[in-house]
Amino acid sequence: MNIGTDRVKRGMAEMQKGGVIMDVVNAEQAKIAEEAGAVAVMALERVPSDIRAAGGVARMADPRIVEEVMNAVTIPVMAKARIGHIVEARVLEAMGVDYLDESEVLTPADEEYHLLKSEYTVPFVCGCRDLGEAARRIGEGASMLRTKGEPGTGNIVEAVRHMRKVNAQVRKLVHMNDDEIMTEAKLLGAPFEVLLQIKKEGKLPVVNFAAGGIATPADAALMMELGADGVFVGSGIFKSDNPAKFARAIVEATTHYQDYKLIAELSKELGEPMKGIEISKIAPEQRMQERGW
Amino acid sequence: MVKIGVLGLQGAVREHVRSIEENGAEAVVVKWPEQLDELDGLILPGGESTTMRRLIDRYGFMEPLRSFGESGRPMFGTCAGLILLASDIVGYNQPHLGLMNITVERNSFGRQKESFEAELFIKDIGDDYNAVFIRAPHIVSAGGGTEVLAECDGRIVAARDRHYLGCSFHPELTNDHRIADYFIGMAKEAKAALAIS
Repeated sequence: MNIGTDRVKRGMAEMQKGGVIMDVVNAEQAKIAEEAGAVAVMALERVPSDIRAAGGVARMADPRIVEEVMNAVTIPVMAKARIGHIVEARVLEAMGVDYLDESEVLTPADEEYHLLKSEYTVPFVCGCRDLGEAARRIGEGASMLRTKGEPGTGNIVEAVRHMRKVNAQVRKLVHMNDDEIMTEAKLLGAPFEVLLQIKKEGKLPVVNFAAGGIATPADAALMMELGADGVFVGSGIFKSDNPAKFARAIVEATTHYQDYKLIAELSKELGEPMKGIEISKIAPEQRMQERGW
Repeated sequence: MVKIGVLGLQGAVREHVRSIEENGAEAVVVKWPEQLDELDGLILPGGESTTMRRLIDRYGFMEPLRSFGESGRPMFGTCAGLILLASDIVGYNQPHLGLMNITVERNSFGRQKESFEAELFIKDIGDDYNAVFIRAPHIVSAGGGTEVLAECDGRIVAARDRHYLGCSFHPELTNDHRIADYFIGMAKEAKAALAIS
């Protein structure tokens, strides 16, 4: 028996496809998420919009919260470690968390290096804004990607930008001649072998979800339309007026993303969504998507 | 040519479609109950069983799926799909579809970090089969008439009960399409038998 193989780590993310992964901060929210049909929950101390509001250093959640969430649900539980924080990642792995997110939502612990994720038995998801970033994370051993968007804003524009960018760059790569790939690797800052593999298979070797700014069922469906394998919804759900109803609507809109009549029904009387922040109002150094290298 | 559906509410749908097509059958992604009528067999894919169950209830799939099985058309459940098919689930009062005469236990090999790959011998399919287990369930006991097809570490991981086939691992994640081929064979036999009766 072999544990922690690429196939097992990437396969876990394959099973999440077409689903919604929801941020939760306690057992009660985790149960609402599971009941609504979430494929996994992300256990956090604060959702991104509260992290943004609170300022200061954002770290791994209190293990007690993570444990409480793990005990509350049977669906997989994910948790976030700071970029480059080897010990936070090892601690969460030791606790039996099912998937780790080396996340720009938390304050980075290392401004130069990411975790060598291939060394861990637990699989990792990482953020990306373009193919170079995606390929570097895959090169380090990430088993799943998510486009970064701009977390905690309730504004979909960055998530759309990043999903379109990654997919456009994959399409371009797939149509390149083999003798052009090394230069493309240099230009993207991407590992050559990962690009070769993507060209050969015609797609990313891991699942790519959308994240960062999804605030309505239509937003979730839009990201699926643009080629996301599934969506992460952070602040959107539990900052809304009726989280259970909102969560169910997001799940259904993700499953049936091209059924516009259904999405219209789902979107009725959901109450006030997140207020949302215009991206240009966020100072560049406050933008979470800029974190990661 | 037989037409095989893959329940497309959530999970590894695309991979099953690929393995059906590799074996020369026609694949259909099933998103609504009406689509079941045209099929000769149905695969319930891997994914999250609780999520699939919520969506099954919400779109009125429960009775149509049961009638599909009761009509004698073959069904194949992998991992989460196996849990949906089982007649009994350890720790739960009610099964989901309850069609296949087996008792299953969810996440019985542990959490994700205990997920693994192993070489299996599968009856009627062959040895040296590389199976991928992800937060996998296992079959605690097989009811009368259910044939055990594979075991891993003393636990039942694949079985067949009449026209129901189930395994706790993920054949769709590898390039070995022998199990899909076996299931397509079941669908062909059932189609021929149903045409006569």
